[in-house]
Amino acid sequence: MELDFGAVLAHWPLLAKGVAWTLGLTAVSALLGCILGIACAWVRSQGPGWSRALVGTYVELVRNTPFIVQLFFIFFGLPAAGVRLSPEWASVIAMVVNLGAYSAEIVRAGIQSTPVGQFEAAASLALSRMQTFLWVVLPPSLQRVWPALVSQIIIVMLGSAICGQISTEELSFAANLIQSRNFRAFEAFIVATVIYLLLSIATRTALNWLGQRFLFGGRRG
Amino acid sequence: MKLSKRLLLSTVAAASLLSLSGAASAQNALDGIQKAKLIKIAIPTDFPPYGFVGVDLKPQGLDIDIANYIGTKMGVKVELVVVTSANRIAYLQTKKADLVISTLGKNAEREKVIDFTAAYSPFFQAIYGAKSLNVKSLADLAGKSIAVTRGAIEDQELTKVAPAGADIKRFEDNNATISAYVAGQTQLVATGASVAGVMMQKNPQLNAEYKLLLKDSPNFIGVAKGEDALRTRVNAIIAEAKKAGDIDKMAQKWLGRPAGQLPE
Repeated sequence: MELDFGAVLAHWPLLAKGVAWTLGLTAVSALLGCILGIACAWVRSQGPGWSRALVGTYVELVRNTPFIVQLFFIFFGLPAAGVRLSPEWASVIAMVVNLGAYSAEIVRAGIQSTPVGQFEAAASLALSRMQTFLWVVLPPSLQRVWPALVSQIIIVMLGSAICGQISTEELSFAANLIQSRNFRAFEAFIVATVIYLLLSIATRTALNWLGQRFLFGGRRG
Repeated sequence: MKLSKRLLLSTVAAASLLSLSGAASAQNALDGIQKAKLIKIAIPTDFPPYGFVGVDLKPQGLDIDIANYIGTKMGVKVELVVVTSANRIAYLQTKKADLVISTLGKNAEREKVIDFTAAYSPFFQAIYGAKSLNVKSLADLAGKSIAVTRGAIEDQELTKVAPAGADIKRFEDNNATISAYVAGQTQLVATGASVAGVMMQKNPQLNAEYKLLLKDSPNFIGVAKGEDALRTRVNAIIAEAKKAGDIDKMAQKWLGRPAGQLPE
């Protein structure tokens, strides 16, 4: 067989739309997922006992079940309970829920590695518990776990390929649609692979820069 | 940018190497089948009554019967390979299957990539929806959501004929398409008549009915491009089976009516 990339690249509007959806889904779910993760990490390390158990259940439930099952549960399962979501919303919710659980554990690791002296210093300045967490504990914790967090976001971005299964028109969906039209499976997936690779590299670079610039590096002047 | 360019080049190089070695090793699938005494045939399990999983958890249906029939006539063992509408051609191209007997429709674009034998069974695709929903013509599809299996003939047909406002939702396989419709995620579903029949029978609460015909498209058997020896052999078996009435017998068993006139 011979390779014909032109047949795949001729469908570039589909691919461009796929890239836009993949990036959009990732951006929204990374933001919301990290906020959810940070909240859960706070609860799990400093919250009241009952809420720790609750968040612990959520984290373990999500971390020990496959993403595709979570997605199918939301999209195919919830309508039975009267909750009907569009494929795009179902994808976003599944990704946020998934990233929330994983990032909770990553951020918790950062919080737990904070030296006791930091808490004592904050207490001696009469900062409230919330102030201590937001301004004293969180920034250096995030800095410590940032590479792990960025990796997790990339994993979720690559995992969004699964959202094509419920007709969300992301990049893998586009590749699959193209190959089912012209049967150029090799070419379509080689193109998709290259695009995913570039997206991952770009996302990682951007997040590393953003983290340094806005989250913990910038205020250090 | 420099890095990515190099990466792209090396990926392309690796891919072309792959395709070269593939072409060199498998010139004649028929010889390989006869030597191994085994034919690998791709079949569906998400498309009753053509291919589905029975209560004994084994694949059964018209396509499976045809597969076994061809294997018997060739005097070789049959290994069934389960595929979906979206991945069946990739299985053929990568030699994971010698034949694809999987409700495969023929069109010009597909003929560029694989070869087809004579048709072996009748088939038509249509749009189904609730009785209360007013769909009398293709124009009525505007503003309505329709579930369809990505890459199936009905997807291509629907994409061609649907008005601009139609919201086509494409799913990975027929089970997901049907699940989406049954769960109420879409208002309509476009699928094969047989699949819709089973769906409506199992879900009387949907009150679904036949709305519009999409395409009358008989099923063909797919063979890899250039495997003429294999294609000729399978065509001979199909022609013989048509004459002997075996094709009609199998159609009667699974579809409830004889196959009738099928294109060569």
